[in-house]
Amino acid sequence: MKYQSQKVAYWYFLAAMALFGVQVLGGLLAGWIYVSPNFLAEILPFNIVRMIHTNALIVWLLLGFFGAAYYLVPEESEREIFSVKLAYVQLVILLVGTLGAVGSYLAGIHGGREFLEQPLWVKFGILVAAVIFLVNISLTVLAGKKTAITNILLMGLWLLSLLWIFAFINPDNLSLDKMYWWFVVHLWVEATWELVMAAILGYLMLKLTGVDREVVEKWLYVIVATALFSGILGTGHHFYWIGTPGYWQWIGSIFSTLEVIPFFAMMSFAFIMVWKGRKNHPNKAALLWSLGASTVAFFGAGVWGFLHTLHGVNFYTHGTQITAAHGHLAFYGAYVALNLAMFSYAMPVLRQRAPYNQVLNMTSFWLMTGGMSFMTFVLTFAGTIQTHMQRIVGEYYMVVQDQLGLFYMMRFGAGAAVVLGAILFIYSQIVVRREIVKPGPVAVPGE
Amino acid sequence: MSEILTKSRARNVFYGGSIFFVVVFGVLTAQSHSHITQTATAGMELTDEVRLGKHVWEKNSCINCHSLHGEGAYFAPEVGNVMTRWGVIDDPESAYEILDGWMMSQPSGIEGRRQMPHFELTEEEMRGLAEFLRWADQTDTQNWPPNDAG
Ligand code: HEM
Ligand SMILES: [Fe+2]
Repeated sequence: MKYQSQKVAYWYFLAAMALFGVQVLGGLLAGWIYVSPNFLAEILPFNIVRMIHTNALIVWLLLGFFGAAYYLVPEESEREIFSVKLAYVQLVILLVGTLGAVGSYLAGIHGGREFLEQPLWVKFGILVAAVIFLVNISLTVLAGKKTAITNILLMGLWLLSLLWIFAFINPDNLSLDKMYWWFVVHLWVEATWELVMAAILGYLMLKLTGVDREVVEKWLYVIVATALFSGILGTGHHFYWIGTPGYWQWIGSIFSTLEVIPFFAMMSFAFIMVWKGRKNHPNKAALLWSLGASTVAFFGAGVWGFLHTLHGVNFYTHGTQITAAHGHLAFYGAYVALNLAMFSYAMPVLRQRAPYNQVLNMTSFWLMTGGMSFMTFVLTFAGTIQTHMQRIVGEYYMVVQDQLGLFYMMRFGAGAAVVLGAILFIYSQIVVRREIVKPGPVAVPGE
Repeated sequence: MSEILTKSRARNVFYGGSIFFVVVFGVLTAQSHSHITQTATAGMELTDEVRLGKHVWEKNSCINCHSLHGEGAYFAPEVGNVMTRWGVIDDPESAYEILDGWMMSQPSGIEGRRQMPHFELTEEEMRGLAEFLRWADQTDTQNWPPNDAG
């Protein structure tokens, strides 16, 4: 750790990991309700469980981004954070808001727009925290060295905070409500968050592979250009059937297909940098997570996104388990795995010890990634049957769902593997002090 | 490649192009906004009753089990066309009665079947909810869903 103020990242990462735990346990419970529908039905209905599952995900990913920014900006700008105190104030506001939201959900008090269920005071809290963050980090960057990584990171964070305004705009007209709702949801994960992802990935590549900064930065601008050029008009893939004009079917299909490009580029970027750099960084776990994140993001967002994004396909698959399959793998690959890559890289440094946790950490990577892939496959099978039976044959929803029990059981099993992986990950980050497997002798490369 | 595409060129293309796409998106959004209010949802007036119904829908977070125009959770049936499915899209009184009957009979308590919670609603709220669902159902959704099953 070069700068003292980087230490704030530690608390952000801890808070993020705690909520990560809440998120996956909530998911596991939701998965169990699919298998055994009467479970807790009277006390804790499915809608509340799902709300906690999705909200915890979003908040911990944001906490991870904030932490990542506090960690990497001092190194990039070559100076301490403008105000460490403000950074802690921001964290406290976010934690109070989070606890308040979870508490009020359990008490049955919540809004009714998917993902944006936070009570109004929590939404304001998030806004205040975001403003504090932006001021704090922008003043740090402005006073120090400016790099492409901080440029892109800041632009992503500013824009995503700006889009939060739409969380407050809820027109009485349902179709308008839906259209503006996507300004937060789609323009977050398929535009502004991609900038944050590219910046963090670029930083990790710089540190882990030792490749030349010029090369990394040029790549980054190309990647984020393709992300925004496709992702902004790509919003149209949500405007097919909600009362918006028919021309979105073509605009949405074409531009959202192009959204595959930035994800493919990020994957290629990561592998090429590793190949070019050839630096033997000791933190192999962080490298595994970085490559894993960019690869799974390509499959989850790119391949599974394209699977149902053309309007002729989406007409049949819209709002089925196909959507659920895609949502899970895309979030996992692009944002969960990326955050875990950053934690894996930074936590040992923040705790001032060598990366002594790698075997457990890498095991957790395979458990979680295997589990999420399996879950995606079984949900895709379930969704294919659902699409055919319900949308083509015209059987009623509940009749079709009754046929899908086997898939939901397998999904629960996959979820259990993910939870196990998550616990192992958290354990490896905060408890383990020694490597549990001795590294082999350094081999002399063959002729 | 490296001479033509320098870092500063890449950056300028990024900024310039992004502004261009934001502007195009803004124009299309404005056009879509008026299409929604003037055409797509103009089939039925957005009354206070409908507003109340939307509020009831939100307050009880129906969206975290059901889907509405295909968006939401996928745990319970699509309700964007439920009034068509029940054959009461043009009949407010029957819409209210059948919805009220359905909501009052929940949770079914049937073992092994997904449970819908019991919601304590006033008659006014229930009527609002029925009107909201009729209002949503008359939206021009480009003929989605493919059939009444939703
Ligand atoms: C990391 C990036 C992405 C994430 C995190 C993500 C996540 C999600 C989520 C959670 C939903 C469901 C939203 C809801 O509740 O209604 C969704 C829907 C959708 N996504 Fe993505 N997505 C990503 C990228 C993409 C890409 C690149 C494409 C296209 C190539 C795509 C295509 C779609 C489509 C077409 C839907 C609507 C599905 C439906 O009609 O039901 N997504 N996405
Ligand atoms: Fe999208």
